[in-house]
Amino acid sequence: MSSNLKPEQTALQTLDPPKSTLGVYGWLRKNLFNSFFNTLLTIISILVIYYILKGSITWVFTTAQWAVITENYRLFMVGQYSSEQLWRVWTCLGLVSLLFGLSAGIWKGTIRNLSIVLIILYLVHTLVPFVSSTGKMWIIINIGIVIIGYLTGPKIPKNKAITLVGWSLSFPLIIFLLNGFGVFPTVKTNIWGGLLLTLLISIVAILVSFPIGILLALGRTSKLPIIKYFCILYIEIIRGIPLITVFFMAQIMIPLFLPEGFEINNVIRVMIGATLFTAAYMAENVRGGLQSIPQGQFEAAKAMGLNPVHSMAFIIMPQALRAVIPAMVGQSISMFKDTTLVAIVGLIDLLGIAQTVKSNPEFLGRHMEVYVFIALVYWIIAYSMSYSSRRLEKSLGVGER
Amino acid sequence: MPKQNNVSTPFWRDNRVIPIILQILFVIFVLIIGVFFINNALNGLARQGMEVGFGFLNGTASFNITETLIDYQPTDTYKRALLVGILNTIKVSVIGIILATFIGVFVGISRLSTNWLVQKLAGLYIEIFRNTPLLVQIFIWYFAVFLQLPQVKESITIGSFHLSNRGASIPWFEANSGTFVWTILLILGIVAAIVLWRTKLKSQVQSGKRKYPFVYALGSIIAALVIAYIITQQGPANVTVPILGNFNFEGGHTLTPEFLAILIGLTVYTATYIAEIVRAGILSVSKGQVEAAKALGVKGSTTMRLVIFPQAIRIIIPPVTSQYLNLTKNSSLAIAVGYADLVFVGNTTLNQAGHAVEMILIMILVYLSLSILTSWFMNFFNKKTQIVER
Repeated sequence: MSSNLKPEQTALQTLDPPKSTLGVYGWLRKNLFNSFFNTLLTIISILVIYYILKGSITWVFTTAQWAVITENYRLFMVGQYSSEQLWRVWTCLGLVSLLFGLSAGIWKGTIRNLSIVLIILYLVHTLVPFVSSTGKMWIIINIGIVIIGYLTGPKIPKNKAITLVGWSLSFPLIIFLLNGFGVFPTVKTNIWGGLLLTLLISIVAILVSFPIGILLALGRTSKLPIIKYFCILYIEIIRGIPLITVFFMAQIMIPLFLPEGFEINNVIRVMIGATLFTAAYMAENVRGGLQSIPQGQFEAAKAMGLNPVHSMAFIIMPQALRAVIPAMVGQSISMFKDTTLVAIVGLIDLLGIAQTVKSNPEFLGRHMEVYVFIALVYWIIAYSMSYSSRRLEKSLGVGER
Repeated sequence: MPKQNNVSTPFWRDNRVIPIILQILFVIFVLIIGVFFINNALNGLARQGMEVGFGFLNGTASFNITETLIDYQPTDTYKRALLVGILNTIKVSVIGIILATFIGVFVGISRLSTNWLVQKLAGLYIEIFRNTPLLVQIFIWYFAVFLQLPQVKESITIGSFHLSNRGASIPWFEANSGTFVWTILLILGIVAAIVLWRTKLKSQVQSGKRKYPFVYALGSIIAALVIAYIITQQGPANVTVPILGNFNFEGGHTLTPEFLAILIGLTVYTATYIAEIVRAGILSVSKGQVEAAKALGVKGSTTMRLVIFPQAIRIIIPPVTSQYLNLTKNSSLAIAVGYADLVFVGNTTLNQAGHAVEMILIMILVYLSLSILTSWFMNFFNKKTQIVER
């Protein structure tokens, strides 16, 4: 059924939208000034933004004295790690850069954006004057590694397997490099500090708590009453108490519980505390995933003749974990933020270093500069994590099916 | 077939026996580890010459606490010191929960505003404060904000409110001879208001005519207050205003910088989480509900109050409860700035009197009971708002 109208006529009858809804003016009108109340809100918001911007810009560029950061930069990053052994930290960083580059080349997407952030951070460090020239050399090497990894990644045969193995081996390798274990001069864990220590504690807590969390979740959903109530007891007690009491326990009670003459240093103790704490929360996340799996999946697995272990490992768990990845990233972010608490029990993580630096008589009263700087460092990492979690959530399509 | 009956499954392959064996093995495993640890602990304590028990709680605390809700002297017992700590924890948590709820709801609604600028501003606030550690924020408030305020003599003054590095001095109420009468009449007025509201609302629904329940309810409260004034011939309480003395403000009420730092830190941080929950809750109400309300000719604010909010609150309450619990637990960070909460007092006691195991046990028990109390209260509230299933 063709229309009686010729094409020209239809074109003539299509009116342009009214001018007031077009362009910048239309956008402003629609989004900022569409009613009296909204106009009022817009004006208030502009005033608020003006005062915040004015205040913070004046402070950052005139009032603040950033010498406290620039002169202690290495302390903030690696703590007391001796400068002759610093190449080990750089090598670890190089390894991480390589893995980031390779992954970015292979998977693109989120990991590529994260690598871009990494490169930007490196570039910022090459431009600022307070990084030593050896440091700058290392950073430029790192930028090169990321780019080489990105370019060669897709061309290597079996690249995905190699990269995944690389990621899983990287952590023990990094610990080995940092500590030395006799191959290199040993750097004891109590000398590790700054951002390095913060990252290590959070990575250990997140990685180790993951399997424990899965076990606890399985225990809590199990039909065996003793195991079930044991897991419930553990999870609920840990979730009911603050992390700081767990750290106190780790610092005071672990030495008490160990046989005489057997000692664990305080970094490891804190890591144990953080891991046991996070495991309870991980367990609850995993349990949420397990409960989201419809009963039919269990029954289908049984009907296929899979034994309980196989059906859990190959049918249920993969689906359950996929559903709760965002929740677990969220948990990892809060663990990362909560590592600041180790400063209260006397460790020199990023916050601990901040406390030490600002008690230096040379930098008396430079509270705001120090805290704003470390808040920025925490913010960059936490925000990158939450950004990738949001991307991941979208690409997994959780909640859409 | 009788032959097959004789072939019994060996017990290690019997589905009824395996779980029992597994559990027995698990219990034995846990017991061995437990006995090993406890034995070590007892040996260690014996070497240090420490006795296990709660008797030490009756000893003299001999440390001072500046901020107390009940009378406390350094000569009091550890028990009383711990009670002071518990009350301080409750104080900061309750005030924090109330403030965080207000800010969170406000920001959450702003996040959904049609005004682009307001929306972005709310988003900026959430992203900044959510992604930095709470402890760093508390340190910023304490060391970089409240302790940097001017001395008492040059304090920032707005009306009767004074802000200095000793904290905030605000006007406060002092009970007088009329307070009792005022309270009684106020309670009576509120009861009358609720009764009037209910009956008037019921008859409004039944008759379909306006009966003004709100006016009646408000009227009864005002009437009660007027009667109270006529009887007592004075205000409900005397207001005392802080006045600069020789060294510090006298009169009024002083909020210490420690309290303010921990309170504002907790509030600002938790409010970001509550804001996101409120936003998600409101978004979860299906669009059809709003459109239906519009089609019925219900105006915007009434739609929010009677259609969206009651449905959103069901989604909001459970996650908000866990945020309240988090806030209560996070109040333990007070130890970092020296606000005398339970962990601070507990830690001081632990350092003075030893008895680490007992002290940690007490802290755990108190926090567990606080958690249980909060979730019990919120569950009660949750039940009231849930859909009544037919």
